[in-house]
Amino acid sequence: MNLNLLQKVSDYCWRIERQGEMRVPAILYASEALMRDMDDKVREQVVNVTTLPGIVTAAYAMPDAHWGYGFPIGGVAAFDPEDGVVSGGGVGFDISCGVRTLHTGLQRPDIMAVQEKLADRLYERIPAGLGSTGSIRLSIARLDDMLRGGAVWAVDNGYGTAADLARTEEYGCMAGAAPAQVSLQAKQRQRAEMGTLGSGNHYLEVQEVVEIHNRELAAALGVHPGDIKVSIHCGSRGLGHQVGTEYLKKMVVTAASHGIRLPDRELACAPIHSTLGQQYLGAMRAAINCALANRQLLTHLTRKVFADFFPEARLELLYDVSHNTCKEEVHEVDGVARTLYVHRKGATRAFGPGHPALPEELRAIGQPVLIGGTMGTASYILCGKSTAMAGAFGSACHGAGRSMSRRQALRQFSGRGIRDELAARGILVRSPSSRGIAEEAPHAYKDAGAVVEAAEHAGLARRVARLVPLICIKG
Amino acid sequence: MTTTAWEHFEHGADIGVRGMGRDKAEAFAQAALAMTAIITDPAGVCPEQGVRLACIEADPELLFVDWLNLVIFEMATRGMLFSHFDVHIGDSGALQAEIRGETVDRTRHSPAVEIKGATFTELAVQQQADGGWVAQCVVDV
Repeated sequence: MNLNLLQKVSDYCWRIERQGEMRVPAILYASEALMRDMDDKVREQVVNVTTLPGIVTAAYAMPDAHWGYGFPIGGVAAFDPEDGVVSGGGVGFDISCGVRTLHTGLQRPDIMAVQEKLADRLYERIPAGLGSTGSIRLSIARLDDMLRGGAVWAVDNGYGTAADLARTEEYGCMAGAAPAQVSLQAKQRQRAEMGTLGSGNHYLEVQEVVEIHNRELAAALGVHPGDIKVSIHCGSRGLGHQVGTEYLKKMVVTAASHGIRLPDRELACAPIHSTLGQQYLGAMRAAINCALANRQLLTHLTRKVFADFFPEARLELLYDVSHNTCKEEVHEVDGVARTLYVHRKGATRAFGPGHPALPEELRAIGQPVLIGGTMGTASYILCGKSTAMAGAFGSACHGAGRSMSRRQALRQFSGRGIRDELAARGILVRSPSSRGIAEEAPHAYKDAGAVVEAAEHAGLARRVARLVPLICIKG
Repeated sequence: MTTTAWEHFEHGADIGVRGMGRDKAEAFAQAALAMTAIITDPAGVCPEQGVRLACIEADPELLFVDWLNLVIFEMATRGMLFSHFDVHIGDSGALQAEIRGETVDRTRHSPAVEIKGATFTELAVQQQADGGWVAQCVVDV
């Protein structure tokens, strides 16, 4: 990115002042090195977001921001309920794609003793990749129950415990879901996909905690050196994709009738108070519940596999975060508490200590922020920081972010080569597609370490621990 | 002279599909083939089973996105891959197609990735100076 077009506020904060059709400034959080590597499209897209009606304070880009659809991936923006909009493009196709991390109570030697067999069993039992299907088939009526209940529905049906819900955003159930606003096509698309991982950058990893950045926070979260954790990254599967597809088009064709000029069709949106805006919010919240239920089902499958190898192990949920969402939240703006519709596209909610939305046992330390890395590098656990509340509506980064397109990665890497290289380093990868592994090569992503360091220095979150994969199941 | 062909183009996180043909329908068909090629080699997909599709949209660019999303829906709900696309587009933007393919075989097709949706990013449906057509957009994977 051309840094001459930005005003440097600090070593980790950059600003684009309001000009032309911008209603508010744009603020980008990253180190100079990350900014230089960032695509110019991020600047263009975050500026486009500032032109949307009802936007409050600023449009933000997180340190892992990259070229997305309408919004940059790693984009955050909040809108006023009276004159603001809800944007299908600001949420994206994979609604509530997110990460959850589970404790296991195990240590590295426990895993290494059964690593091959455990990897094979997880790959056998966790449906991953195109052509895989889930074993849980729901009638339309039961699907509607799931869309209303989310992870609460899953727990009520025996796929988890009440303790899981306290460790999930929204306590496992997004209020205001309207299954009636989800089309039959979207529901059809989900019928064979409950409890499936998906493909692309989605994964299930068995990880080892290799570094503690903050002892106090780590202890409070039950994270210790040598611990084994399991992290699951996936979203709302076909239902979310179909909801995103259908409402995006509806918003594109009706934008002009609402007096909205779209600088990019992918920024398609509707006034929050409009019929379409309300219908989308109901459908999008249902899709969030679909993602929460899906990650809960995958947790259940994972627990069953671990029970075969480690009957004493208890896989308790550390936390579950969602990335692609629009949520109604209260934030202080110029000293006044205001209800806003906060869009996080490829960004994580990162509420700081004391926030009332957090369960009591986490309230003193802030929300856990789970940052997915790559199959060959590292993932991170962070905690939300109070300064993020004012700095980015309580938001932080979500992952490493791609530095190389899929085509570039395919030209440079072979799936077999990546798999062998990682196996030599003690990381076992299981995937139905060699090409898929090449496209997801660790070198095709930015350095997640640099991203989380920037997030910490920018005041968005505090680093807690670094984890490296021992087993990776890719779709 | 625009040749009948498909290609992929770069997008930071995802991938673009571009179809070229002597007319709009052929360009649409080639773009769908490009989409299959994101997942697997289309030459390895046997056109043994047919599915009929139809949609209508006056704006050719919106029609193109609708078309690709219809194909994505059929792939997802039928668990199929498609390698043959016979597309007809009427003057009013009424599209009718027969697409042919087979059930995904995870061993033989080794699917690299599933496609979530066709997007409005880099979306264009344009007639070329030589009379041929190009249809393109980025798809989210």
